[in-house]
Amino acid sequence: MANVPPIPKRISSIKFGLLSPKEIRKMSSTPIITADTYDDDGFPIDMGLMDTRLGVIDPGLRCKTCSGRAGECPGHFGHIELVAPVVHVGFNKVIRKLLRATCRKCSRILLEPAQKQHYLDQLIGIEEIGHMPDDMINEAYKEASKVKVCPYCNEEQLDIKFEKPTEYLENGEKLTPTEIRDRFENIPDEDIKVVGMDPKNARPEWMILTVLPVPPVTVRPSITLESGQRSEDDLTHKLVDIIRINQRFQENREAGAPQLIIEDLWELLQYHVTTFFDNSVSGIPPARHRSGRPLKTLSQRLKGKEGRFRGSLSGKRVNFSARTVISPDPNLSINEVGVPMPIARILTMPCVVTPRNIEQLKIYVRNGEDVHPGANYVLRQDGRRIKVTNVNKDDLAEKLEFGWTVERQLKDGDIVLFNRQPSLHKMSIMAHSVKVLPNKTFRLNPAVCPPYNADFDGDEMNMHALQTEESRAEAKILMQVQENILSPRFGGPIIGGIHDHISGLFLLTRFENHILANDAYDMLRKSDIKELPSPAGYDPDGKPYWTGKQIFSQILPKNLNTQFSAQVCSHCDTCKKEECPNDAYVVIRDGELIKGTIDEAAIGAFKGKVQDRIIKEIGPEAGARFIDNMTMLAVRAIMRTGLSFGIADEDIPKEARIQINEVLGKAEDAVQNLIKSYQNKELEPLPGRTLDETIEMSIMQKLGKARDETGNIADSHMGLENPAVIMARSGARGSILNLTQMAACVGQQAVRGERIRRGYGGRTLPHFQKGDLGSDAHGFVKASYKSGLNPTEYFFHAIGGREGLVDTAVRTSQSGYLQRRLVNALQDLEVQYDLTVRDTRGVLVQFKYGEDGINPTKSDFSKPDTIHRIVRSVASREVA
Amino acid sequence: MTKFSLLDHESVPKHEIMPEGELKSVLSKYSIEKEQLPKIKVQDPVSKEIGAVVGDVVKITRKSQTAGEAEYYRLVIE
Repeated sequence: MANVPPIPKRISSIKFGLLSPKEIRKMSSTPIITADTYDDDGFPIDMGLMDTRLGVIDPGLRCKTCSGRAGECPGHFGHIELVAPVVHVGFNKVIRKLLRATCRKCSRILLEPAQKQHYLDQLIGIEEIGHMPDDMINEAYKEASKVKVCPYCNEEQLDIKFEKPTEYLENGEKLTPTEIRDRFENIPDEDIKVVGMDPKNARPEWMILTVLPVPPVTVRPSITLESGQRSEDDLTHKLVDIIRINQRFQENREAGAPQLIIEDLWELLQYHVTTFFDNSVSGIPPARHRSGRPLKTLSQRLKGKEGRFRGSLSGKRVNFSARTVISPDPNLSINEVGVPMPIARILTMPCVVTPRNIEQLKIYVRNGEDVHPGANYVLRQDGRRIKVTNVNKDDLAEKLEFGWTVERQLKDGDIVLFNRQPSLHKMSIMAHSVKVLPNKTFRLNPAVCPPYNADFDGDEMNMHALQTEESRAEAKILMQVQENILSPRFGGPIIGGIHDHISGLFLLTRFENHILANDAYDMLRKSDIKELPSPAGYDPDGKPYWTGKQIFSQILPKNLNTQFSAQVCSHCDTCKKEECPNDAYVVIRDGELIKGTIDEAAIGAFKGKVQDRIIKEIGPEAGARFIDNMTMLAVRAIMRTGLSFGIADEDIPKEARIQINEVLGKAEDAVQNLIKSYQNKELEPLPGRTLDETIEMSIMQKLGKARDETGNIADSHMGLENPAVIMARSGARGSILNLTQMAACVGQQAVRGERIRRGYGGRTLPHFQKGDLGSDAHGFVKASYKSGLNPTEYFFHAIGGREGLVDTAVRTSQSGYLQRRLVNALQDLEVQYDLTVRDTRGVLVQFKYGEDGINPTKSDFSKPDTIHRIVRSVASREVA
Repeated sequence: MTKFSLLDHESVPKHEIMPEGELKSVLSKYSIEKEQLPKIKVQDPVSKEIGAVVGDVVKITRKSQTAGEAEYYRLVIE
């Protein structure tokens, strides 16, 4: 180890090949002949599986090959001489192809000399361009295996059958590995090149093992249990099996045992060697541990998610991180995260001791690790790390010197990163400031759920404690939640009110709501507003009241001016703007809500125009404060009136039910008429459609219209006093369609956009006539969820519902992969200071970012509205 | 068959070979070498149409959703 050159060697190329038996013996430090590992004294047995020439793992022993101690010795290979050759499972496909492509007698490749030369030339050509020769090689294999008579010795070629995982049958008779090996040995070097193998590095007969390399002990360390008993690695167990069978084989053969027994043992040896390489090959039972657990052999170590490649090499793990379940806390700011005390006591922030903080740090150290906020470690200037314990804490606090570092526990105000997977956009990781709280979950303001796409049905999130001053500064400036309220995706706020926030403010601000002083103060209690404006009026009994709009105005910045249509806007032909009879035109003047209802279009996540304006005109800090105040006000507002939904809210009056049935009956008749004209061949096909498509489309259209009509009927009987309507109209949750389905009619169930047609021949269920085109035979559900579905309707509904589930499952995986490819292709592009987009080589991609050089985050929902706004604010009136 | 020009199609933007002087000012504006421009092949139908040769720079004026009109420059390669 001492003569290792100081400069690492540069890798110029990597060559893959097969290990020849000669090479295996050459690199082996010892042959292994006994299946035993340790003797009675616990020392490794010579030429056993734990031979000290294979390296050492026990402290105190020295390796006999390199005389290194445990930890220094990298380990050395040994080898087992197999009594009879066996097939290497990893190469079974190549062996099969090669057997089929070579002559059974003369072993030459079954190609005419000219053809062979053609492939050889092509191969050289492909290599020169640097392409993969796989396609050409497969073609050569295919051509060769087609030949039935050897062009060299005229031998007729027999059919080779491959039986998983390691058996080859020629005309029904088993080929022994010895026979295969003999054939491969005779293949001339030149012929091997045709199938893409390099005869110097990979002779095909090396795919049939005669010598088995034994991996070093460092690869398969045994562990000593608490009871002092040794427990061997799975690989060692497998090697024991191989050696045992190998020995038995030899003894039997030397004793001249009958052929049958020899064959059995050969097969057994093959089995053990196969499972040593791969214990999950199909066709044979996996080798099991005594406990019944399948053994983890070589290929299991590498393969799959937890394998060496994906799990150990590409898998990255970090320190100073925490993960736990999340739960909501509306009393936290959106910039905060509630950190459970047990986590705060483990994660630390390094603080360099200076004259200004020494007294404070001494307190932390004196608190020790048990009293929060304490310190867990102290780093001396010489780099020594001392754990703070109850024994040494006072001592350490006294010894504290400038330049030392104290690793103090997380406390309120620390900047940490917070993340939820899948991290699909930059808002999936944001910086929050810590608020240490009791209990064991991370707490976050429900308004920050949309950017993380989080909910509280058991979601877990990760937290990272930043360890340098630079990273904390950077995180605070760039990654804090308030800096990420506006999304670059569409130039609007991604954070805002959700669910109850929207319905709460909707209830509060709709029309003239009379609120008495007590309620008003209660609602504003959590915000920093301590005084109310002059009341809107006085009740008959002389008590002053305020309107909901006034209350909401209290949390608006004083210089805010904006106007827009609310979510409840019914898009009349001519907008009456401020005079909207629906109170659906929001006007905010000097921070005062003059007109309109606050709903999703005003404060919702993704849509909220109020946050948008506040952030763009005043700043992110004001925006964050507004969202904090708004969510807390909304929660209190909704609690004042309450909002609940029961089955009775789906009730519709009798006459509505009759009307609905009438509509459905009429639609049914219309469908029957369509069918009749179809059967009488009177139906005119739509342009570009067949007759069958036409009738399907017209029926779908009729029924769709009928469902919408029933929805309108139900809707007209449910006003804004209905909680479901409130939620749907304000954009808080659900849609009018959901309500229609609950109260009036569920409608057509569809599979791939068509009516349901699958099932039996000519009909969907045995309850219908063959060829029935009627609405109920093809999945039209007349019933509402409230009235209940009949059995056939229920079944069709299940069919339609399942498609939805399958769709989402398939879509997420596909779009995820699509996005991954896109991100990988674009990740190194960068917008330069001159607004050009360039890759890492400096090659231009766009001459001006987005062709207009506009940062979408700063744009108004990607619309060029800024200039109009400037004109408006200068002229202080609408300018056309 | 009547001969028609590719450039007459509405979805083919305006392509023209850049004169030396204009090219120089563009390269100095972005302070880049010619090789750092995006590329277009000589075999490209539109390069053939305007008769560009390897080493020329083609100026493309396209309609843009965001900016109304945007200019691109591509180096002709073989």
